[in-house]
Amino acid sequence: MTDPVRPVLQARGITKFFPGAIALADVDLALHPGEVHALLGENGAGKSTLIKCLTGAYPRDGGTLELDGAEVAPGSTQESQALGIGTVYQEVNLLPNLTVAENLFLGRQPRRFGLISRRRMAAAATELLQGYGLDIDVREPLSHYSVAVQQVIAIARAVEMSGRVLILDEPTASLDRDEVELVFSVVRKLKARGLAIVFITHFLDQVFAICDRATVLRNGHVVGTRDLSETGPRDIVHLMLGRQLESEVRERHGGQGGEVLAEIDGLGRRGMIEPFSMQIREGEVIGLAGLLGAGRTETASLLFGAVHADQGRIRLRGRDLKLKGPRDAVAARFALCPEDRKTDGIIGDLSVRENIILALQARQGWARPVPRARAEEIARGYVRALDIRAASLDMPIRLLSGGNQQKALLARWLATEPELLILDEPTRGIDVGAHAEIIQLIESLRERGMSLVVASSEMEELVAYSTRVIVLRDRVQVAELAGDRITAENIVRAITDEDREVA
Amino acid sequence: MAASHSPLRRLAPQLVILAAVLALNLAVFPDFFRIEFQNGRLFGGVVDVLNRGAPTAILAIGMTLVIATKGIDLSVGAVMAIAGACAAKIVADGHGWGTALAGALAAGAACGIWNGVLVAWLRIQPIVATLVLMVAGRGIAQLVTEGTILTFLNEGLIHLGAGTILGIPTPVVIWIALGAGVTWAVRKTALGLLIEAIGINAAASRLAGINARVLLTCVYLVSGLCAALAGVIVAADIKGADANNAGLWMELDAILAVVIGGNSLLGGRFSITASLLGALIIQSVNSAILLSGMPPEFNLVIKAVLILAILVIQSPRIGHWLYILRASGGDPAPRRAKTVKETAR
Repeated sequence: MTDPVRPVLQARGITKFFPGAIALADVDLALHPGEVHALLGENGAGKSTLIKCLTGAYPRDGGTLELDGAEVAPGSTQESQALGIGTVYQEVNLLPNLTVAENLFLGRQPRRFGLISRRRMAAAATELLQGYGLDIDVREPLSHYSVAVQQVIAIARAVEMSGRVLILDEPTASLDRDEVELVFSVVRKLKARGLAIVFITHFLDQVFAICDRATVLRNGHVVGTRDLSETGPRDIVHLMLGRQLESEVRERHGGQGGEVLAEIDGLGRRGMIEPFSMQIREGEVIGLAGLLGAGRTETASLLFGAVHADQGRIRLRGRDLKLKGPRDAVAARFALCPEDRKTDGIIGDLSVRENIILALQARQGWARPVPRARAEEIARGYVRALDIRAASLDMPIRLLSGGNQQKALLARWLATEPELLILDEPTRGIDVGAHAEIIQLIESLRERGMSLVVASSEMEELVAYSTRVIVLRDRVQVAELAGDRITAENIVRAITDEDREVA
Repeated sequence: MAASHSPLRRLAPQLVILAAVLALNLAVFPDFFRIEFQNGRLFGGVVDVLNRGAPTAILAIGMTLVIATKGIDLSVGAVMAIAGACAAKIVADGHGWGTALAGALAAGAACGIWNGVLVAWLRIQPIVATLVLMVAGRGIAQLVTEGTILTFLNEGLIHLGAGTILGIPTPVVIWIALGAGVTWAVRKTALGLLIEAIGINAAASRLAGINARVLLTCVYLVSGLCAALAGVIVAADIKGADANNAGLWMELDAILAVVIGGNSLLGGRFSITASLLGALIIQSVNSAILLSGMPPEFNLVIKAVLILAILVIQSPRIGHWLYILRASGGDPAPRRAKTVKETAR
């Protein structure tokens, strides 16, 4: 591609090693003024690493960086900010307890006689945000506003501080449709002002909605840069996965439940989730649907005893079951893959093998270690069955990509041969390929007679595999759908309708 | 790939450093490696290092386990004083050395459980929780000795600190046996794995069904027992219990031994053998300073410089640099990735 305009930022041959792995190999990236450049790739492809190398958060092990033709070598994010490269992360990196104006001007507040002039600061902040189409009271604390508004404020701050290159790392991951539009309108304004913008996202439709060009990474290599006006989603996905994506139309395989495994009767915890009741049968998948904060995770935690219920009871095969903690749940052959893999799931520095046998080992107790040969056999079996991609079973699990970590966590619990498997957002933040495999796994486990409770924010997914769907709203169970009534529209209706359905 | 956990590879930095410090000893004292057998006992510079290093080594065994859980035990020095005082008090009251040892260990166990309960059940931060006993412990020891230095002449008890077994000083036998025993116990059972899991990610370990509270308490219990044993050895060595000075600042040496052993203070992977080598390195540094005949006022400064050098060599930045050096086949600054790709595949 020959572009007459000189790129604002030109990275050549960026290379980064992690112990035992090459995270980036000879990556080139050119950003032109006034373009939105998508950075795409599966989890673990090297997107975040590349960003961190560009902003100086990680030292580079090779390669050069040119800004406006002059070579630069930022050693920290502050330096790169001063050079003109600003970054906005998925989790807003501002101070929620300070006001919007203070957040915008933190560290460079307008002064008057050596003291901070609040009036001037507020006026400047209001004017600044109006430039982004945002008319809000800047004297309110940041936490007063929605995540989308906070995101725009973060962008405004980054642009004010740097103003040449703006890197947006999954800015829309936790936003709804209207909020995404708000962020997009801001991005378009900045594009018109001639900034070079890097946009990272998992949503392909957003890429085609706003980006001009896209660079696709796979395993730390650039596999291609495309002009998006000349290409289609299939080509991009093909680049990302290296194989043609299978047919996207899915049939529903809900299955039929067998005998009752567990009866939950009025289980709840004050201030966390209202009492709920359900029957869990053998060989069925119960989907938990609802918006963020509706109580999906809380329901899963209560079922597993991770959080202590202060009312109600669980009957397992007709017998009362007391859950004082996860240990009791594991003993009763329950299993939980938590929503937050990094903080609640993986033991980062332990090897893949050790992570896989951990729950089994914990249940057996310390005095009966799983013999090395048996651990190897279990781990190898699941690595093969679930297609976990790891260079070696001895490597620390934190070096695996998100999808492979999730599969290893599933393997950890499958190794305990659970009767009830609770999955909290099993497909969040993992790549397309692993996504399909995990859905397939859920279906095959159900066919083998296991009971599953799956909390997910992806409705199409729930519709595909659920035998029944329980819909939650504001920490209350509002509907239960079964059979043909499980459709995306019905779930949406149950989430939004004011009058409660009785199913 | 070289990621396999061959024990020699893990211990290589400590072994190299120990060899270097021992060579330093040899340089300042040519007879350092000579070992003589006199009066049924081995004598020599190396034997001395092994013997004098015993208290730190024994403390380091328990401290390694505590640090592996992301904790720390500041109370071990004070527990040494308590245990020494208890042992001295028991023989002074006319009981045998066996009873004295059992009593001291019981006191150490009680201290360990106290720490464990504060950390595991009341969820107080380890550094604060063990600080309580660090401060209070010497007071307790003084109450036991009633404010005096309690001396004793019990042969059996003195033997633990100053005697020999088959010509080898008893403390050496004790710390080697204890180190081997504890290593065997944590690696032949699942304890080691479960302790590491708690240290790396406590929340995830709980959700995986690990009984973190009981394990944490046990770890502090072991540390208390190790401290008690070290306290008895120190008391036996000087034939008296000094509540004010026994084990003073020893907790810092023990922590340092664990750190020099390459164990992270953030918890997780641990190696008791490496910590024991760390204890020997510290003792060898002490020995080199003594043998060099430097004026004593230089001792602490020289020790600090040597320890700093050891820690800098082990720092992650140097480690990463060495890795690059190795991966690029001797080229210290790989500007282009192409050369790297070929050698790393």
